[in-house]
Amino acid sequence: MPESYPEHLLYHPEHDWAQIEGDVATFGITWYAQEALGEVVFVDPPEVGATTTANESYAEVESVKAVSDVFAPLSGEIVEVNTGLSDAPEKINDDPYGEGWLVKVRLSDPAERDSLLDVAAYRDLLADG
Amino acid sequence: MDSEEAHAVAQAETLTIFERSREGRRAFVAPALDVPDVPVEELLPASAIRADPPALPEVSEPELVRHYTNLSKRNFDVDTGFYPLGSCTMKHNPKVNERVAALPGHARLHPLQDPAYAQGALELMWRLQGALAEIAGLPHVSLQPSAGSHGELAGLLLTRAYHEQRGEHRHKVLTPDTAHGTNPASVVMAGYEVVKVGTADDGGIDLDDLRAKSTDDVACLMLTNPNTLGLFDSHISEIAEVVHGVGATLYYDGANLNAVMGVSRPGDMGFDIVHFNLHKTFSQPHGGGGPGAGPIAVSDRIEPFLPRPQVVRRAPDNGGEPRYELDFDRPMSIGRLRGFQGNYGVFVRSYAYIRSLGGDGLRDVSDTAVLNANYLRARLAEEGIAEYLSIAFPRLCMHEFVLSGRLAKQKLGIRTLDIAKRLLDHRVHPPTVYFPLLVDEALMIEPTETETKETLDAFADSIRAILEEAQDDPEIARGAPYSTPVRRLDEAAAARRPVVRQRAGGEPPGDPERAADRPASASGAL
Repeated sequence: MPESYPEHLLYHPEHDWAQIEGDVATFGITWYAQEALGEVVFVDPPEVGATTTANESYAEVESVKAVSDVFAPLSGEIVEVNTGLSDAPEKINDDPYGEGWLVKVRLSDPAERDSLLDVAAYRDLLADG
Repeated sequence: MDSEEAHAVAQAETLTIFERSREGRRAFVAPALDVPDVPVEELLPASAIRADPPALPEVSEPELVRHYTNLSKRNFDVDTGFYPLGSCTMKHNPKVNERVAALPGHARLHPLQDPAYAQGALELMWRLQGALAEIAGLPHVSLQPSAGSHGELAGLLLTRAYHEQRGEHRHKVLTPDTAHGTNPASVVMAGYEVVKVGTADDGGIDLDDLRAKSTDDVACLMLTNPNTLGLFDSHISEIAEVVHGVGATLYYDGANLNAVMGVSRPGDMGFDIVHFNLHKTFSQPHGGGGPGAGPIAVSDRIEPFLPRPQVVRRAPDNGGEPRYELDFDRPMSIGRLRGFQGNYGVFVRSYAYIRSLGGDGLRDVSDTAVLNANYLRARLAEEGIAEYLSIAFPRLCMHEFVLSGRLAKQKLGIRTLDIAKRLLDHRVHPPTVYFPLLVDEALMIEPTETETKETLDAFADSIRAILEEAQDDPEIARGAPYSTPVRRLDEAAAARRPVVRQRAGGEPPGDPERAADRPASASGAL
């Protein structure tokens, strides 16, 4: 897919996105992150019930180039994991904001959202390289 | 030859030795039995006797010879062409080493031979230990570890034994973010927690970050110097002071030793434990998963814990000839790291290499390796190349250097991987790519000391030609290679759905019809 950064998402400087609906947020990695990684071949997901802490790693993705930590944009408890990625990790490349989502998290500190970037700020960060 | 014929020839070339098998064919005839015929049932217990013979390929000798000769022609190796694979030191392996290793006294020595009848081999090992100790500047050597990563594991087990003997329980190991991937992997295998230390702007270790992370629960700092960027860390004494200050050991990853032999010694820099990659620095053919060796050298305080047995020399009291023995009497040892005494053929080649060059020769090796790397670095900074490939850390390098292909990606739309693949069409093995990770689109080049100026110039010309060609048509690089036995491989598919087993008498792998037979969860079970 071509480069895109949807308006309705919030972004973390480690190239992760969060979509907040009520007290639950969906996390994934951005178009830039999947492009930099190259073709993803394996996802090591966390378990439902595990907690995420903002700015800390909660999962690993492996591409043909490298294994990378995935950072949590927000803190909370994982309520759902995208199990479809174990058989089709390429969804992260093909549809990073849709079928390539990683986890859904019940937020423990919704105020943390104020520290995330909107799309304009994230694009600025990318432009600064 | 039309394309159908060419296809048939290509198919025939990819047959496995099992697919060539025809019942009853043999490559040799056993001589007539000249000893009493004893039924196998009388020699072995029933549980050790096969019900069915193994499914070995049955082929004639010419088929056997052609099969493997043709396979070897499909290979790219350092005897075929330039192989600047960064961090791997793919230097020429002098053929005299092969001659020496093939002498029957070396090649036919049985691993279970009584040490009393293997004195020559033990003496060679003992002398190799001494030579490595001198090169490292650390007095005690174990030849047991079988590879660099095995040496790392040994070093960490030694570190744990050292601390435990002092009643200390430490659980963290520091590794720089430029470290070889095996370093953090060895840390985890040894049961420690990895703590990454950052890199400063000059490419060396970030001293402030190191100080902040050097706490009294840190067991060890693993360092490569020169590091993976090909840069010598000149703050090494300060680093050693910080690490020793909190009671941790300092481990030297010797992967890049080719840059510093006879110039600087890890022991003098304050390192406690060093591993050597005999297969890199001391000219053992490698790269195809063949035998390596990763001996370690250690300081006095680590010595009591070295693996056992150790090869020792004992001079008898009566002034007779010294004897070489395997010393198992080492009560504080971390124990055995492998069966038998190591990959002995590697020891022979390394010893022959060290002795044929001597101390001055080894220094020449390192000086020339550094000179070649800097010459090539300068050639690749010329106009027509530097606009697309930029040097990651613009300073004098050691035996290797790292370029970034970021600008080539931006300006030409070709990635480092495309450049690497196109180099194959120029009869050059690609450099290491996408490592170290902190350099975007990294291209890591290690020419080694054994290459001529003409070879280095030809490589620079090839890079220039690939970039020029991409200005007109980037698709050429994106589709490369064109001249190799196989074209670009689908690495992602190979990792996601690996076919790891061929069925007996089955079709060759890669047949899409059989995709359904593949283990669907293979990628998920890694």
